[in-house]
Amino acid sequence: MDIIVCIKQVPDTTEVKINPETNTLIREGVPSIINPFDENAIEEALRLREKHGGKVTVITMGPPQAKEALKQAIAMGADDVALVSDKAFAGSDTWATSYTLAQTIKKIGRFDIIFCGKQAIDGDTAQVGPGIAEWLNIPQITFAVKVELQGDKIKVERLLEEANEVVEVPLPCMLTVVKQINEPRVSSLKGMMKAKKTEIKTFSAADVDADPLKTGHNGSPTRVVKIFTPPPKGGGEMLCGSTEEMVSSLISRLKERKTI
Amino acid sequence: MGIKILQDKCAGCTLCVKACPFGAIKMETKKAVIDLTACTLCGACVSTCKFNAIELIKEEAKSGTADLSSYKNIWVFIEHHLGEINPVSYELLTEAKKLSEDLKCEVAAVLLGDEKIENGIDELFSYGADKVYLSTHAEFKEYRTAPYTRTITEMIKKFKPEIFLIGATTTGRDLAARLAIRVNAGLTADCTGLSIDPKKKILNQTRPAFGGNIMATIISPNHRPQMATVRPKVFKRIKCQGAGAKVDIIKFDPVINKEDLVVKILGLIKDESIKVNLQEAEIIVSGGRGISDPKNFKMVEELAAVLSGAVGASRATVDAGWISAHHQVGQTGKTVAPKLYIACGISGKIQHLVGMQGSDTIVAINKDPDAPIFKIATYGILGDCLEVIPALTRKIKELRG
Repeated sequence: MDIIVCIKQVPDTTEVKINPETNTLIREGVPSIINPFDENAIEEALRLREKHGGKVTVITMGPPQAKEALKQAIAMGADDVALVSDKAFAGSDTWATSYTLAQTIKKIGRFDIIFCGKQAIDGDTAQVGPGIAEWLNIPQITFAVKVELQGDKIKVERLLEEANEVVEVPLPCMLTVVKQINEPRVSSLKGMMKAKKTEIKTFSAADVDADPLKTGHNGSPTRVVKIFTPPPKGGGEMLCGSTEEMVSSLISRLKERKTI
Repeated sequence: MGIKILQDKCAGCTLCVKACPFGAIKMETKKAVIDLTACTLCGACVSTCKFNAIELIKEEAKSGTADLSSYKNIWVFIEHHLGEINPVSYELLTEAKKLSEDLKCEVAAVLLGDEKIENGIDELFSYGADKVYLSTHAEFKEYRTAPYTRTITEMIKKFKPEIFLIGATTTGRDLAARLAIRVNAGLTADCTGLSIDPKKKILNQTRPAFGGNIMATIISPNHRPQMATVRPKVFKRIKCQGAGAKVDIIKFDPVINKEDLVVKILGLIKDESIKVNLQEAEIIVSGGRGISDPKNFKMVEELAAVLSGAVGASRATVDAGWISAHHQVGQTGKTVAPKLYIACGISGKIQHLVGMQGSDTIVAINKDPDAPIFKIATYGILGDCLEVIPALTRKIKELRG
């Protein structure tokens, strides 16, 4: 069983704060982390390997600093990692990113399953996983919350809005996973030692035979034309008094507004 | 392609440093320096520079769609579950109608399903569709990525829409992401605002990023269709006056390919804890960590029940296993916009706020006076949820007899 996991290094958006005076993002001291959903993807790959044998390869596209994320993947237990990094990738949107990752996967070769997190917490698009599946012409199953290998097929439970859908998909395929699928393990000491010693393999655009018209800014159909911080909302009314009094004044205000 | 600071023009004013959403600009010897590994070429700095000292060189891609002008009209993907149409599709038809006035074009609904789906067509016209592209086949009864992508791709090739809107639901996101690659189109996820650029006549797509901390406006200048997924409940659905008279249905032959049918749907596992559909509810009562114990969700449920509302939850409570993920409101859960949202013991991290700040009236109950939820609440109650919720439930019960 050959499993490839695609991950992204992201700023920890839960740590991002707004400067109330300038209304801009404060990014100092915001740590870079593995996108949380991608940690679930790594964990699920490791569990499948433990049960059925095989190899887990973790890849990422990003700047040289993204090696740190791959080292963490090794510490968690990944067998192999690769970084695909090139100045030519600057300004990639999800179209170009999914192309670049698919090219990298083709370079790595054989795979049975590709795992991705359901989305990244900085961009929140949920588009790169299905994009990779399209470039590789394999089935995609998104929002997986339970994965069970049955011979040459996988039974997957998908977390939808009001229910879970159970589907069956043949290998090879691409799965994106939600947070509820598992609890990612903590890196072992042995893993961390291995990570420290591992030289991270890096591929350039040329190494993965990437078409310059399909990568980076040139290969991206979308353009960001404006970025702004949403205006802060004005506060409302704090109700006062005892619990009973506050509840009563709330109800009379809601009635006034015809809310209830 | 690249970006550079024109050293002779840079006055060292640091405006660009503050404007950069990615922290990619630093000052060195009183001149701005751009860290190209962090820069995404978004151009936010270029417009803030008062000295025209930042040059963004964009060689436009040659990989765009040929003959852009042959693409016309706005399409909306009609999502349904076994024939029951998802309200987001009506919301998008209403919004498409508005956009079509600026573009002087038609609105078309794209509907795939089995034979029975034709029953739902009248409603599509009443919400603003001028045309319906209909493709029916037994394999289209339930949504599956591959067969839907194949037939819709053929429709796009033949009829060339200029804009294609899809709901940002699990189904919509699954389909749009696959389709955009296949038809070589730009796709913006999870939009909360759409407008037509008055000069260029292209679609401005605005969406939150960084967990709602910033907003970005995105365009697809050289590719067609311009595709966007749009969050449910962002737009209101409005029935058109006098619509429904014209019924223009264009039947499209399904393209069924054996290799597209390898994924089999085995069944659905219903979440029995869902009594009222969260995204359709007019009133939502949500519980957070502040309710202290999973068993106190019962209080939240009781308040929701007397108000005939639905139960929501913060990510923290879902992660802790207090309630199922189907109830989660926020960035990684659902976006809701009810008439009344009551947040019980929810501190109000930005990731939660982006999922509910569109609500008409927000009531926050929290014992921490500094909780960010109070900043966006219409009414704030500083107090212990475990006292306030039962008191509120009792009073409303009395009121309703």
